[in-house]
Amino acid sequence: MIPACRLADLPRGEAFRLDIDPPVSVFHTDDGEVFAIDDTCTHQDASLADGWLEGCEVECPLHASKFDLRTGAVDAPPAKLPVRTHEVVLEDGMIYVRVSTDAPNLPPCVASRLAGGPA
Amino acid sequence: MRTVAVVGASLAGLSAARSLRAQGYDGRLVVIGEEFHRPYDRPPLSKEFLAGTLGEADLGLETDDEDLGAEWLLGARAVGLDARDRAVRLADGRELRADGVVIATGAAARTLPGSAGLAGVHTLRTLDDARALRDELARGGRLVVIGGGFIGAEVASTARALGLDVTVVEAAPTPLAGPLGETMGALVSALHADHGVRLLCGVGVKGLGGEKRVDAVLLEDGRTVPADIVVVGVGARPCVEWLAGSGVDLDNGVKCGADGRTSLAGVVAVGDCANWYDPRAGLHRRVEHWTGARERPGAAVTTLLAGGAVEPGVPRPPYFWSDQYGIKIQFAGHAAGADSVTIEEGAAEDRNVLAVYRRSGRPVAVLGMNQPRLFTRLRKQLAA
Repeated sequence: MIPACRLADLPRGEAFRLDIDPPVSVFHTDDGEVFAIDDTCTHQDASLADGWLEGCEVECPLHASKFDLRTGAVDAPPAKLPVRTHEVVLEDGMIYVRVSTDAPNLPPCVASRLAGGPA
Repeated sequence: MRTVAVVGASLAGLSAARSLRAQGYDGRLVVIGEEFHRPYDRPPLSKEFLAGTLGEADLGLETDDEDLGAEWLLGARAVGLDARDRAVRLADGRELRADGVVIATGAAARTLPGSAGLAGVHTLRTLDDARALRDELARGGRLVVIGGGFIGAEVASTARALGLDVTVVEAAPTPLAGPLGETMGALVSALHADHGVRLLCGVGVKGLGGEKRVDAVLLEDGRTVPADIVVVGVGARPCVEWLAGSGVDLDNGVKCGADGRTSLAGVVAVGDCANWYDPRAGLHRRVEHWTGARERPGAAVTTLLAGGAVEPGVPRPPYFWSDQYGIKIQFAGHAAGADSVTIEEGAAEDRNVLAVYRRSGRPVAVLGMNQPRLFTRLRKQLAA
């Protein structure tokens, strides 16, 4: 489990970006729920923590793809692949993320960079 | 409603088909598309696809396991609509009667008079256009882009990165002054010079030189710009000729209410061909943005299925993006009508700004250059 931030430091409607590789975003919804998903949009290199959070959905800040925070599913194109979701554990006011062992769906440009190829 | 015809198979048409199913319509659904391709994403055509970093398979808009239960009539051009029984006539003589019709026929690139048949002259709207242009750019040479709007600027940026010698010719004194205003239009257009692209402004194009193949662009001030390839990026016109005489009111595209309804019952229109009423501004606006083509079909389909008895919601302010020379440009709202624009973060000389447009002190639009985080915050505030 990786500590992210204190719940008290993450207001509702805000996101926290955990700088691991690949990065993970923790979202605190307006309804008070906390979700963690891969931070990188599956369409192109953009940080979903910078996106538009509405209900249980985040819209990519660049090309407006939408993802369901609960399932990672694509709710609106141009993205076609879901983002990975991660388990969130709250302990003593601290948010922890248990990172999924599934393979991430990174966009082509990021995936090739991580693989050591040209960006 | 037992049969719905969606005329147009790009983003707006696909979004309408998806909305129909999502809103519970389980009848016959026919999607008619003039191109032979399944729905694909157009924004990368001037950027990653043209650069060769995205392939055709990456452009598809449908997911692998998606099944809308629709009949797809692709390579089928609609040539008429009979209002009496809502019958869509196709170019091959077929006719499709429908209880509901969604018009999503988009827009077509404007061309330059006299350029037909001259090799090396391109417009960029469709996948086929992009394939042809990509193949020519790969051979290198001198590219002249006519029109300094977003398509022109993106093609210039991509071609420059591919190593071509690029000139952009713009008739207006400042490119992008319409969508971005004078000050920010000048700032964004300065990217051309930053990257070694010549920008000629305030001069019209008189014609093209060359017999079988273009070899120059002739300017109205007498100058001649040598060219191996020419891209004409002078805007788009709505594809609504097929509706002439149908009874659907046409005025800069299909004239629509704030919920997508047209002058004919059981017919709605979405996407680039639709001139929707904007209740905030009190006028009709035809918005050619990707986000509008994705978001509005939901409302139009609600209207169609409810027989027109819905109260339209207030739409989000229009949003679009552009990628030029590695810089992410984002814009939301309406620049026209703003009485001030101020840079609130970053610096113009760094090409890294967040600019807010205001009218009487109230924000009406926001521009970001490489500022996605702050841009989204301000975009959200515009909608509030």
